[in-house]
Amino acid sequence: MTTSDLDTLEQGLLADIAGVTSLDALEQVRIAALGKKGRIPELMQTLGKLPPDERKAFGQAVNAVKTRVSEALDTHKSRLEAAALEQRLATERADITLPVRSGPEAEGRIHPVSQVMEELAEIFADMGFAIAEGPDIETDDYNFTKLNIPAEHPSRQDHDTFYFAPNEAGERLVLRTHTSPVQIRTMLRQKPPIRIIAPGRVYRCDSDQTHTPMFHQIEALVIDEHTHMGHLKWTIEEMCRAFFETDVKMRLRASYFPFTEPSAEIDIAADVIGKPGKWLEIGGCGMVHPNVLKNCGIDPEKYQGFAFGMGIDRMAMLKYGIPDLRAFFNADLRWLKHYGFSVLDVPGLSAGLSS
Amino acid sequence: MKFTLSWLKDHLDTTASVDEIATTLSAIGLEVESVEDPAATLGAFTIARVVEAKQHPNADRLRVLQVEIEAGKPLMEVVCGAPNAREGMLGVFAPLGTHIPGSGITLEKKPVRGIVSNGMMCSAAELQLSEDSEGIIEVEADLKDRIGSRYVDAIGLNDPVIEVSLTPNRPDCTGVRGIARDLAAAGLGTLKPPRALGKVEGTSDCPIDIKLEFSPDTADACPVFAGRYVKGVKNAASPAWMQQRLKAVGLRPISALVDVTNYISNDLGRPLHVYDADKLKGAVRARLGNDGENFLGLDGKTYNVDNTMCVIADDSGPLGLGGIMGGEDTGATEATKNVLIESAWFDPVRTAITGRKTGLITDARYRFERGVDPQSVMPGLDLATELVLGMCGGTPSKAKVAGAAPDPQHEIAFDPASIAARSGLDVAESDTRRILEALGFTLGKASKGKPLTVKVPSWRPDVHGSADLVEEVVRIVGIDKVPSTPLPRVPGVARPVLTELQRRVRRARRTLAARGMVEAVTWSFIPKTEAQMFGGGDDALDLSNPISVDMSSMRPTLLAGLLTAARRNANRGFSDAALFEVGQAYRGIHPDDQYISAAGVRTGSSHASGAGRHWSGKAAAADVFDAKADAAAVLANLGIDPAKAQVTRDAPAYYHPGRSGTFRLGPKVVLAHFGEINPRILTALVVEAPAVAFEVIISNLPPEKRKARARPPLDESDLMPLTRDFAFVLNSDVAAGDVMRAAQGADKSLIRDVSVFDIFEGGKLAEEGKKSLGLAVTLQPQGQTLTDKDIEAISEKIKAAVKKATGGEIRS
Repeated sequence: MTTSDLDTLEQGLLADIAGVTSLDALEQVRIAALGKKGRIPELMQTLGKLPPDERKAFGQAVNAVKTRVSEALDTHKSRLEAAALEQRLATERADITLPVRSGPEAEGRIHPVSQVMEELAEIFADMGFAIAEGPDIETDDYNFTKLNIPAEHPSRQDHDTFYFAPNEAGERLVLRTHTSPVQIRTMLRQKPPIRIIAPGRVYRCDSDQTHTPMFHQIEALVIDEHTHMGHLKWTIEEMCRAFFETDVKMRLRASYFPFTEPSAEIDIAADVIGKPGKWLEIGGCGMVHPNVLKNCGIDPEKYQGFAFGMGIDRMAMLKYGIPDLRAFFNADLRWLKHYGFSVLDVPGLSAGLSS
Repeated sequence: MKFTLSWLKDHLDTTASVDEIATTLSAIGLEVESVEDPAATLGAFTIARVVEAKQHPNADRLRVLQVEIEAGKPLMEVVCGAPNAREGMLGVFAPLGTHIPGSGITLEKKPVRGIVSNGMMCSAAELQLSEDSEGIIEVEADLKDRIGSRYVDAIGLNDPVIEVSLTPNRPDCTGVRGIARDLAAAGLGTLKPPRALGKVEGTSDCPIDIKLEFSPDTADACPVFAGRYVKGVKNAASPAWMQQRLKAVGLRPISALVDVTNYISNDLGRPLHVYDADKLKGAVRARLGNDGENFLGLDGKTYNVDNTMCVIADDSGPLGLGGIMGGEDTGATEATKNVLIESAWFDPVRTAITGRKTGLITDARYRFERGVDPQSVMPGLDLATELVLGMCGGTPSKAKVAGAAPDPQHEIAFDPASIAARSGLDVAESDTRRILEALGFTLGKASKGKPLTVKVPSWRPDVHGSADLVEEVVRIVGIDKVPSTPLPRVPGVARPVLTELQRRVRRARRTLAARGMVEAVTWSFIPKTEAQMFGGGDDALDLSNPISVDMSSMRPTLLAGLLTAARRNANRGFSDAALFEVGQAYRGIHPDDQYISAAGVRTGSSHASGAGRHWSGKAAAADVFDAKADAAAVLANLGIDPAKAQVTRDAPAYYHPGRSGTFRLGPKVVLAHFGEINPRILTALVVEAPAVAFEVIISNLPPEKRKARARPPLDESDLMPLTRDFAFVLNSDVAAGDVMRAAQGADKSLIRDVSVFDIFEGGKLAEEGKKSLGLAVTLQPQGQTLTDKDIEAISEKIKAAVKKATGGEIRS
């Protein structure tokens, strides 16, 4: 084998490589050239037969050919692989216009009443109010008498109370007409200072365009030694501003509730619902009546405080532009999807209640 | 409570406008419901005279009138269809451009059958003054000098009507005078002195005896009953001014005698009654009724009385209900010659009870149940006598009085500093004094360091103590003047306030919404039949006065409401519903029987991954495992590991007996139920299958263990976990959970996870009553890698454990 033979071999192999168009064929060429019985290893085996002085130079020459052929193989392999990938990619196609499922977090909804309750809880928690709860089925005593509403008081008529049949003791339980019995339970259990809100379901035997026999109320109660009506006014103003997330004009109008003295109705300017010039009644408030404190074992000479209450459903209607109270309890999926809230809308003060 | 502006001005000397009066009333606690000003709608209508009336050339029923609308001005041509339109009459004219309230039309210039009408002569119906649309209004001839002036002014209709919604604590404001007193105190004028009366007390004794017949313990039903006899009256219509006022406030004029009592009732809040004295038999007495008695009321209905009701009776029996309604048989009529005027005081509580029992809502009850001024008995009787004498003539007797008016007047020790302490409002002591005195309170002299002595007027039964006086001053000064004062903050960042239950309720709600479910709020009361279907329906939980049978029983579970909601949605075309509710349900009437549950219903093909058909996967029906997954997700998010709970086959009967289960901790604590709803229930509720449901009883969950905030260190081996699969052949009733537990227990230190990757129940296996279960066991080598031998040993342990527990063999 001469150097020129070696040259011819190299040229032949390189030509074979260049001529190959598939990876399989390339592998055949590689085996033929570099495999155990390939042309180049064959040449290497002849090395021993050469005279020692030629052996080294020839060995180096063969090795150089081997290196160049190997490189040519690798280069061509890469090229073929790239071409093969190119070809595969050209055939792999998805119809990316097909719709995907929106996922459960997009389907689920939180009811406006729950959402607004959580919003109010955030506001009041920041002001140091705890959340108190109580049963829906209440005694007459807690729902009325302890709240300074004696048995035949005309204001009982305004409450449209649902009753249960009298029990063995002749006592008639009621469905609570307001969450005020929760205030009573709290005052009987806890010594002042007290700061609580009491949200929950309440019931009135009344059903028409704007009334449902069940709805939701939130009440607040503060009892300590110094809280007066000015604090009450500020608290409601702050709550309204935080809740409606805008400045809200508010006014109090003198009124009457048996459990507060003085008492007032709470109006807010209807600007919040885009109706400037009008006032909307949102609830009632007042200083807790001394008789109520007395009934709960709290000394009215020493302690005083305020209470107020509002309709949660109504607050939701005003803030979120929901027109019909009755629809709140129909569980119509179309309504719930439209007026409900995403699971990710968790009310908080840092990001804003509704953002 | 309604009154007119002129009526108010009988008692209040004021220049305030109607708007000012209305605004002030609402601010001081007398909420104005409405203000109706006839002049606002009828101001354009004037008095006019028909000078000429000729037949319309083109219409049989129409006439063409020449109308004088202002003295000396040219006549107007008006087309008119009224049969009573005739020459010389006075009527009411509306010029072009006038809005006619009765028809809602605004008059335009256009020809009527070829002749242009320059206005309209109006009927009473067109002015909404009565229903009469037969002909045009005929104005009294004596108003001929008022041609051209406003009709409302000429006939005294220009009197705005104000309606106030009274709170139950203000009996004094059931009369115009009480409202005037409040307005005077609020600075809107001066309260005029009470009307001066002429001589009303006669010289002869009252010929009819008046008696109180009560036992000492019921004497408070009617402590005083006064009467006066007026002989020889002529009862006809009351004068026009009185009729006008009564009509304006919605009362129907009847006759002078009756109108006087209604007038005084509205004027002073003092109800009265008049009897035709000739129809009375024996003494008139106030007493309690007897069971079995009845009377014919003024409304023409017969009322039964009982022994709790205060009746007015004579020898023949009850005539009427004291403080509520008089009787038809002895009432005054146009024929009445001799009259007995009654003025009494009835107990508010008894009046309220009787009123509720009989369902009678009358002006007298409205006042007596709030508490009529007991000191008004004699002044009311005297005023009534004066008005009767003036309108009907006659000769009065002496007044006959049985009993004595209760004197409720009491004194309150009042520290004016309590105004600022309670309201935050600083009021000068002189203002406090002025306001309270204007409201009728009598104040003692101020002396340093001592509270004021304040005497409460007899017409204010609502004022008991110092807090009430604070309210009086604050509402009159203006509650809007109370300065907003920040509530002191607890220093520092606000602390969390939610209880564990409250936190769990929130988390349950967000968990279920995150699983694609939609939160509903359904009624706490459901039909009794449904309550019974769901294990409730106890009579004790029935409302005595439900709004309808569909809302009659407190719900034992939330599922009834959710399932019927799903049905309604299906009927609207949404059959893949995923609804949930977190709320209360009731096992009994005691507070502890109320529990909080997070419940959900899936119908159709609703799954957490999505509902309905989709190109990416087959639409399978919702099944028990969707419900199980929902319940497990709630439990997990509320701090209870569902894998550590037992799953038992004892869900309530409203679930499918074979496709439902209960998560529990030990034998006692039920955490949740899940499963398909029993087909019997679905049929009864007309809900289409499939419907699956779950309830997590949040109230039953054990409190979460207070964990340290710091997490335990992560202790993970660097060695690769490896998984070995096993296929067991088991009797088909063997529970997968038992197999998994057995495998898990085979080597607690190495086996990290066991899962089921395949179940095969068909073919030959099914014929043999067998099934095949594919179990994947993940091993986590600790410290050193496992050799084939080690793995073989563990595999054998697993096979042995499963065989021992369940009889399962490796599938060959």
